[in-house]
Amino acid sequence: MTAWTEKLPGERAETALADKKPLMDAAEARLEAERCLYCADAPCTIACPTSIDVPGFIKRIASGNVRGSARTILEQNILGYSCARVCPVEVLCEGSCVYTAWQDKPIAIGRLQRYATENGTLDLAAPVFGAKASTGKRVACVGAGPASLAFAAYLAMEGHKAVVFEKRALPGGLNTTGVAPYKLHADDAAREVEWVQSLGVEIRTGVEVGKDVTGAQLLAEYDAVFLGLGLGDDNRLGIPGEDGPGVVGATAWIEQMKLAKGTLPKLGHVVVVGGGNTALDVARECALLGAEAVMMVYRRGIAEMSGYDHELAGARKEGVIFVDHATPLAVVRDAAGAVRALRVSKGGAEVDLPAALVALAIGQSKLRSVASQFPGVALDARGCVVADAASGVTGNLDVFSGGDCVNGGKEVVNAVADGRNAARFLHAKWSTSHG
Amino acid sequence: MADLSIDIAGIKGPNPFWLASAPPANTGEQVMRAFDAGWGGAVWKTLGDPIVNTSSRFGAIDYANGKVMGFNNIELITDRPLAVNLAEIREVKRRYPKHAVVVSLMTETKHDWHTLIRKVEDAGCDGLELNFGCPHGMCERGMGSSVGQEPKLITEITRWVKEVARTPVLVKLTPNTGDVVEAAQAARAGGADGVSLINTIKSLMGVDLERMVPNPRVGDGSTNGGYCGPAVKPIALHMVAAIARDVRGLPISGIGGVQTWRDAAEFLALGSSTVQVCTAVMHLGYRIVGDLADGLSEWLDAHGMKSVRELVGRAVPAYKEWGDLDLSYKVLAKIDPATCIGCQRCVVACQDGAHQCIFTGREEKARPPHAHAKGPARPPSPFPVGLLAGERVPWVDEPECVGCNLCQLVCPVPACITMQEVPNGKRDTWNERVARGAGKVPGGIHD
Repeated sequence: MTAWTEKLPGERAETALADKKPLMDAAEARLEAERCLYCADAPCTIACPTSIDVPGFIKRIASGNVRGSARTILEQNILGYSCARVCPVEVLCEGSCVYTAWQDKPIAIGRLQRYATENGTLDLAAPVFGAKASTGKRVACVGAGPASLAFAAYLAMEGHKAVVFEKRALPGGLNTTGVAPYKLHADDAAREVEWVQSLGVEIRTGVEVGKDVTGAQLLAEYDAVFLGLGLGDDNRLGIPGEDGPGVVGATAWIEQMKLAKGTLPKLGHVVVVGGGNTALDVARECALLGAEAVMMVYRRGIAEMSGYDHELAGARKEGVIFVDHATPLAVVRDAAGAVRALRVSKGGAEVDLPAALVALAIGQSKLRSVASQFPGVALDARGCVVADAASGVTGNLDVFSGGDCVNGGKEVVNAVADGRNAARFLHAKWSTSHG
Repeated sequence: MADLSIDIAGIKGPNPFWLASAPPANTGEQVMRAFDAGWGGAVWKTLGDPIVNTSSRFGAIDYANGKVMGFNNIELITDRPLAVNLAEIREVKRRYPKHAVVVSLMTETKHDWHTLIRKVEDAGCDGLELNFGCPHGMCERGMGSSVGQEPKLITEITRWVKEVARTPVLVKLTPNTGDVVEAAQAARAGGADGVSLINTIKSLMGVDLERMVPNPRVGDGSTNGGYCGPAVKPIALHMVAAIARDVRGLPISGIGGVQTWRDAAEFLALGSSTVQVCTAVMHLGYRIVGDLADGLSEWLDAHGMKSVRELVGRAVPAYKEWGDLDLSYKVLAKIDPATCIGCQRCVVACQDGAHQCIFTGREEKARPPHAHAKGPARPPSPFPVGLLAGERVPWVDEPECVGCNLCQLVCPVPACITMQEVPNGKRDTWNERVARGAGKVPGGIHD
């Protein structure tokens, strides 16, 4: 079993950013848990894409039953630990808490979930789930992100053999490479993957499907395949001066910041292009890492930005400047080729926004070629894999898919729900065909 | 401001708030600080032959985020020499002549009772309280609750005491008995001038599951202690009211979970002339008397009562036997959609714990046939649209509501669920039904 945490350099740029929501201690957690009203037909559970029994796990914290609490969470969401830290709880469970309607602050569901899962799963020698006898069935997962890990984990818990193939050096997908460090550091994401391995999941990194192994080989060797491909490279603007140092794709920059050894060079003026949550993440990270100034450039109005309001509010608090209704025209470079500004069109005028770094957060490409390795798997007009929402079944009945490659880019919790639903569907299918 | 001064069985004091015989009334220094804080009287920690105590000796139960809902102790009577206590009593009375200093006593033989009483009365106390209630340690030695559980012993020892006592005698009763009224009657038969109750309830506070030793733990073991605090108030209220109703005219000093002026007012309304407080002081300090005094005074003023004595016993006539309750009286649960937060605790409580008549907005369309009602009872126009709770506001199937209060009790929002009276102009009690021969309910064993 690979210890992924040991493969990460100790000092990384992201380690400079501390948790915004630190782990609660036992007294704090119990105090907060006792506030929970234990709603029936609870709105937090309804709001959760994985339908975690939130009142159920919170009451278990209140009673001191931390392992039972963790099990309650993980039965519905096997990545309940990272979801506790990365979920936009403000618009999901906490945003639905009845306390929001009663002049009070909602229950800190995310932090309680972290408390339960972190403490309930730390001890690998005392697993919260028992292992089941091997069924002889084998599944392969393409990509080691949340959707694949959930699919693999739930099937492994039922005694099926699950092998995950990942082209990167580290598993975990965006949890490892893309989450804002003040929510989740890469080593914590890697630790969760180690816990998933302890459920019986095998992970092979540095293996690219389509290159190192073909789809046909996987279909031949395994009883089913899950495509948890995620998304591809950051999109480019296609404007003059874009190519060259100083212009980065947002997710690529974040990955570097999270995983590369050492600290970043001093950040000067940063201009982020985009209005989604990735754009907000990059902007906030740069601001927190000490950039001289951070501007976000968005082509429409601020109200139309797709990023969450709470992230926008956070960015404002951290000093990010918003430039709306601005269209990038060119990246301005000096004679030496260094980025000096991003030229935008705003209100009919051309304005040069000073920049030493331009980060592009305008979406990611789709990984069309991997899907094409599997006959019968179709892509929609956007390039997303076509899969049934409830079961993850694609046009090939032995191939399942879920997560960002299907939905075009949503939350980790949505990916986990997809992987889990596919696993439940497949396990039910196999159980009935056995019986 | 209403007059708070009291007179219970001849013991006078500036207000009805006394420290109970317990650790807060252990020393003269404490009692004087309590008087400075505003307490009107104190019942001195029980005197007798000094004892030795254990470490530890207290236990508590917290509820949700509240500390010390219930409290227990295995401490015995005073561990200080009698002469020291007497000197301090003398000093307290010298400095605070208008405050009530009652001394709690516990000993064994008639001779010892007589000797002890002479000594404490010589020290200047205003009254005596006989500790027939302590349910731990002393009862194993034939004192405390082992006396209070035997009406004959209560009468006999009270008689011994009255042979020599020059000050009023209150008998402190134990709740660890089948019928506290019988105990009160026994005290009166022995000549008691009044009773005080309740003493603590025999209890184990819990178990240390790692050590398999109950709490409070004293090394490798524990013992039954005396339970008190807010959790015991309802038990105490009942016992006080039972004596007030059934042993008419016997002055009562009420004890058990008093923490606020409202608690005190309830004890007074059910027949107590004074209240005694221990746990709340151990938890929060003497300073709580500020709220007790001005809270009670405000309430009396607001209700046109010039003296606290007007409140004593006011609610006793309404404490009836079940058979005298009006079976025609009807209340229905009403949920205020404007304040409902949609938690649906009322729904689950009603469905699982009551009479299955509250339903969620979400499930209304798919509602299964009612367990015991015929036909749908959905009100035509439910709730305003656009509320945040919106469709989550539950609704009451009114013909099925028995008016049990459970929904209101579990609702976290004050005044969101109210129990509204449905006047029907009728009145009928069980006793009246039985009297007119209508005491048989169909569907019984012989039907």
